Amino acid sequence: MNDTVAMVKAEGVHKSFGRNEVLKGIDLEVRPGEVMCVVGPSGSGKSTFLRCINHLEKINAGKLWVDGELVGYQQKGDKLYELRDREVAAKRREIGMVFQRFNLFPHMSAIENIVEAPCQVKGESKSVARERAMNLLDRVGLADRSRAYPRELSGGQQQRVAIARALAMEPKLMLFDEPTSALDPELVGDVLAVMRGLADDGMTMVVVTHEMGFAREVGDSLVFMDDGVVVEQGRPTDVINNPQHERTQRFLSRVVGTAQ
Amino acid sequence: MTGPSQHGDEQGKDARAATTTPAEQIVAVPVRHPGRWVAAAILLVLVAMLLNSLLTNPAWGWKIVGQFLFSERILAGLWVTIQLTFFAMLIGVVLGVIIAVMRLSKNPIVSGVAWTYAWFFRGTPVLVQVFFWSFIAKLYPYLSLGIPFGPEFVYFDSNILIPIFTGVVLGFGLNEAAYMSEIVRAGILSVDDGQTEAAEALGMTRMKIMRRIVLPQAMRVIIPPTGNETISMLKTTSIAAIVGAGDLFTNAQQIYGSNYQQIPLLVVASIWYLLMTSILSIGQYFLERRFSRGVLSGRGGFLGRGARSEV
Ligand SMILES: Nc1ncnc2c1ncn2[C@@H]1O[C@H](COP(=O)(O)OP(=O)(O)OP(=O)(O)O)[C@@H](O)[C@H]1O
Ligand SMILES: [Mg+2]
Repeated sequence: MNDTVAMVKAEGVHKSFGRNEVLKGIDLEVRPGEVMCVVGPSGSGKSTFLRCINHLEKINAGKLWVDGELVGYQQKGDKLYELRDREVAAKRREIGMVFQRFNLFPHMSAIENIVEAPCQVKGESKSVARERAMNLLDRVGLADRSRAYPRELSGGQQQRVAIARALAMEPKLMLFDEPTSALDPELVGDVLAVMRGLADDGMTMVVVTHEMGFAREVGDSLVFMDDGVVVEQGRPTDVINNPQHERTQRFLSRVVGTAQ
Repeated sequence: MTGPSQHGDEQGKDARAATTTPAEQIVAVPVRHPGRWVAAAILLVLVAMLLNSLLTNPAWGWKIVGQFLFSERILAGLWVTIQLTFFAMLIGVVLGVIIAVMRLSKNPIVSGVAWTYAWFFRGTPVLVQVFFWSFIAKLYPYLSLGIPFGPEFVYFDSNILIPIFTGVVLGFGLNEAAYMSEIVRAGILSVDDGQTEAAEALGMTRMKIMRRIVLPQAMRVIIPPTGNETISMLKTTSIAAIVGAGDLFTNAQQIYGSNYQQIPLLVVASIWYLLMTSILSIGQYFLERRFSRGVLSGRGGFLGRGARSEV
């Protein structure tokens, strides 16, 4: 596996908001096709790290690569050049992101949400984009709701449309930020099933989640973050069943305790 | 279908009959409101007095009102008023959006310029501004196209390029842009940050996000006050009479300047203003209803687009 380029590689990534240092040196690596689950207490910097990967946040120190390319910068010789807005936007096309609160566009129907970026960003033709959108809706089990507006859909349905919207750009990496946290318990299963299908198809995924069952069954690796650092990482079963650090033990006993 | 207020409603009873016992009808003496009757009587008397004065006082000059209501000059003035309103609002809305977007820019110079614009145009009376633009030819007798501080290629005589009408439209439009920019800014800020974030994550550029995602959603907040601004602009254009712009009020003034029938001509102008603001108000009512439907009904699409699903 060492000869393949990592899909995501972080080296000493730091991020501060003003005086508040949120990420204090993150090192990790996501291999192509890997499903990495990230867990940790609230405020530990999970979302911030995810947002750094597609450059929604600028990192202050360290280095971050996606598929072998620096995020947000270009290296020429030993100098770093900041990328222009347009170039940053271009790189984001290859990274899909799914949010806790879905963030569908409320003024567009499900299918319009999905074809928006392919048409507007990639300049794809309406008919090609619509055909792919219908396939994607079918894949997330919502082929019959293509004309529904977000407010006419349940949370679980909205999140599945949001996943389809991200997939429409044919990304090579998908980021999920607590995709099921805002859902009623009975709707969580449908969304996780879609994500499991994606994982089975070989999509590279970084998933921030509190669903330990999903992490155990679908995840290839589990990262435990606390207070801006990676405290522990390894195979999900190892980390969950046999945590090495006291902080991990404490966190897991709380999460697994409430989940069962 | 709730209980007591539905008494006597057969349907309401039937609907509940299956699960609950029929509601007992309430028999009670309604509360009396003598104060309302007194107030109504007083108002009726006042209205009667007003009507009497309108009909019997010859100074109202209803015959002259009738004579001038559809006269050529009044109608020509009406048309100018409509054009003034339209073009001033056009400038106001387009420039207002640009300034609002500039205000929200991360570049301090860009946002600073936008802030200064709003500060200046909101801080000076519109009357002064209209005067100012009408007399701009005094300040810059010639306008030229060329390289700043360098050679000039084309010259314009400002008196020809900026006739009164254009000056007045500029005066109202540039002033309106300052107010519209605040309205548009409030609309843009009302859109959830998550929307921009989702669009950014999809690789959309900032311009596209503004145009395709943010502004369409901001419209819900922007449209109602814009309707108010249009109605208010229609009336404000009467200020243009002061520089003789040939609008409804200018022409009414010029007519009574020669025939000394001030009151009847002011009535004529008022009738037309009232009619036009009423038409705009009706338009605004339907626009607002349409725009709130998608939101309030909790179903159907955004901006009432899903209205069809309710039919
Ligand atoms: N835009 C921002 N400006 C200032 N501070 C921020 C910003 N975004 C995040 N923070 C701070 O960074 C810290 C980490 O936030 P982050 O959202 O990454 O945590 P998290 O691990 O995702 O937590 P949660 O499980 O609650 O989502 C918090 O203290 C938060 O207040
Ligand atoms: Mg978070």
